[in-house]
Amino acid sequence: MPETDLALISHLMRRAGFGATRAEQEALSSKDYDEIVEDLLHPDRFEDLNEDALKRYNLELTYNDSMPLWAGQWVWRMINTKRPLEEKMSLFWHHLFAAAWYKSEHTPTMLKQIQLFRRVGMTDMQTILVALAKDPAMNYWLDNCENHSDQPNENWGRELLELFSMGVGNYTEDDIKNAARAFTGWTFTQPIPLYPFGSYESDFEYVPEDHDDSEKTFLGYTGPLNGEDIIEIVVKQEATARFIARHLYNFFVADEPQVPSWSIEPPNDPEAIEVLVKAFQDNDGQIVPVLRALFTSEFFKNTRHQKVKNPAELVAGTIKLVGTYQFPDPAESITALSGAATVMGQSLMNPPTVEGWHTGHEWIDGGTLNERVNFAVNQFSDTTKPGIQDILSRLEGKLSPSELVERCLELVGPLEVGETTQAALIRHANNIGEIDLDSDDARKEHADQIGRILQLIVASREFQFA
Amino acid sequence: MAGNGNGKDPVLVVVQLTGGNDFMNTVIPYTNPVYYDNRPTVGIPQDQVLPFTDSLAFHPKMGPFKEMYDAGDIAIVQGIGYPNSSRSHFRGMDIWHTCEPDKVSTVGWLGRTIRELDPKGESPLTGVNFGVGLPRAMAMPGVPVTSVSNLDNYGLMSGIGAEIQRNEALDIFKEMYGPAVGTGPVMEYLAQTGQDVLTGADMIKVAPEQYESSIEYANNPIAKALRDVARVHTADLGTRIFYTAHGGYDVHANENPIQPQLIGDLSGAISDFFADIREHNASDNVLVMVFTEFGRRIYDNGSGTDHGSGGGAFFIGDQVSGGLYAEYPSIERAKWLNGEDMAHNIDFRGIYGTALEQWLGVEAAPVVGGHYEQINPLS
Repeated sequence: MPETDLALISHLMRRAGFGATRAEQEALSSKDYDEIVEDLLHPDRFEDLNEDALKRYNLELTYNDSMPLWAGQWVWRMINTKRPLEEKMSLFWHHLFAAAWYKSEHTPTMLKQIQLFRRVGMTDMQTILVALAKDPAMNYWLDNCENHSDQPNENWGRELLELFSMGVGNYTEDDIKNAARAFTGWTFTQPIPLYPFGSYESDFEYVPEDHDDSEKTFLGYTGPLNGEDIIEIVVKQEATARFIARHLYNFFVADEPQVPSWSIEPPNDPEAIEVLVKAFQDNDGQIVPVLRALFTSEFFKNTRHQKVKNPAELVAGTIKLVGTYQFPDPAESITALSGAATVMGQSLMNPPTVEGWHTGHEWIDGGTLNERVNFAVNQFSDTTKPGIQDILSRLEGKLSPSELVERCLELVGPLEVGETTQAALIRHANNIGEIDLDSDDARKEHADQIGRILQLIVASREFQFA
Repeated sequence: MAGNGNGKDPVLVVVQLTGGNDFMNTVIPYTNPVYYDNRPTVGIPQDQVLPFTDSLAFHPKMGPFKEMYDAGDIAIVQGIGYPNSSRSHFRGMDIWHTCEPDKVSTVGWLGRTIRELDPKGESPLTGVNFGVGLPRAMAMPGVPVTSVSNLDNYGLMSGIGAEIQRNEALDIFKEMYGPAVGTGPVMEYLAQTGQDVLTGADMIKVAPEQYESSIEYANNPIAKALRDVARVHTADLGTRIFYTAHGGYDVHANENPIQPQLIGDLSGAISDFFADIREHNASDNVLVMVFTEFGRRIYDNGSGTDHGSGGGAFFIGDQVSGGLYAEYPSIERAKWLNGEDMAHNIDFRGIYGTALEQWLGVEAAPVVGGHYEQINPLS
């Protein structure tokens, strides 16, 4: 495959996963683009990570209590997974179905939710929403455990419609009330107490005597509706197809305005949304066909670097580039990974609200930009890291300053930069002058100089984009 | 009247005690048997406390605080809180940061305050946080705020040790984040943010260079943070709002000795901070406000205390009329909130309003979302 295709592969892997190293890109380049997409869409073709192997290096993980540690374990998975889209979809659903640990402070149940997203995240909307409705972490987060036949609590019923499926403006307050009534009796078992037994997760429990079995009318359907019925009706709604399509576009293609404005602001690319809506409806809400339509579309291929990386993407992608935190021995603190994302504004499994994170340029403020730049620059400070050694080994022959900059940009991405950035990088490289990388010794001699160019590249505005 | 009338702009230093400080073991009702009945494990014996009235005493580790209180520099706000106090640290802290108890907001009260103080966002140093990551209290779109994790090595490229190389990198960074006309609003926003970070770092670096003091602060996080506040404040860079957080107050277990160590560190650090800025003749326009997201349960759990409500806050400074404000929450069993907590007597938004209107000269209602009873420790 010609070089341009590596840029396309790199784009695909940044979006459908957490980036790919040059070696990974080259390995993929023997396949057609569509074949690579099929592999991504079929995670079961690849072995799952053996989490137990990681526990050997982090004994603390045998005791699932520390949230920052487990959030770090998730980033470690993002870096090392052979099933990048499965992991990316679990992050997608976590953005969309934003539940936070801080209310329950119950780590095992929160971990179970993310594991659920991994397991059902690429099935179909009916399966996903029913599983979500039965998820103890979500149940507690939105108070469905307080939703009783004689005293309904609307929190879950409302957010299911407003934030998780259709979006505002597509149902009435009565629909919310009746949806809530349909989910009465959906609760969870009390987990075994943490002290002194250790951490155990909680399970879904259906309590028939607390369920309101009377007749309800929901979006025009009438009957003794239960939770599954509500979800079945929801999934059939065009509003749901549109809402999920727009979320997928926003997460995988290009930044949209913030979600709360969607009922007013039209999509940036209405035709693209139509393509995704059609795929959703033609396939009864199955997710894989929608993702296939998305990743193989021209609108996807043509929107490179048009999404601000979320902190998890920035951290995992940067670490993949420098080649540290390998499987099974990360050799460094995995908690530092989630800590880095947290100071950039994304505390995994702790979204600020049920509306999730504000994304796009709202990831960036003075404080978070400082953290993003310094994190990436620091990761590139030690040129003996395997990923940087790999980049160095791919630099050969006589290189003028502008050629050196161009090669480095290729190997870090390929990353397309604007004229301003390009000119600044070349001005820096001019201090080095022409170099002849004809041997390992020569590469060793110039490693620090090249490392500094790489540091400047990852400090650039363009590197902030996926 | 706002501020102090000496011609200098008033400065507010906010100190957040993260985790829910145990107010009952900070300002102790040492003559009340209910206190000892309910705190067999964590209660502080009567003969050890530092009394300042016939019913209240500071924790024995708070000697410096007691001295400042005796000198009339500390106003104790007793029983601060809000209705239906959240027992979640994060939600509770969100409410304190945004003044929105019923819905979730991502705009902070100090963000709104900074916009009032510097409407055009001319200086990234009008608000300065010391710590990792920006607290939500200071967040507001379009309001540049500087967040410093290490004042001696602050800013972009701080991981590059060699000064020449770091300066080279900063120089290139400045160029890379230069105006790029026609690249779209997000690229332009990134360029502006990058330049703001550079400007803030450039301005603030004079602070550690200029600073000299005879005060030797202790070696602990809050002392270090308040020394940083002193270094930037005395450099006279126009900062009006300082913020820092002191963590570790969530003492479900082993409350003693953890909490005493923390409030001891806090008490010493605040005392050293004032000694320092007084030495620099820079104390009369400084007001410190100390708060925490909630108080703790009245009865202990055999090791520590669980999340409760009705905590306490402090105003500290030369212009403060020291003493007790609002009322100490009743600890009589019949008055327990939800059968276990201290009830609050004054809404935190009125305390913010006090600092806003009576100190900073900023109208409170738009910042805290309404009108709340204020106190008068600054008159």
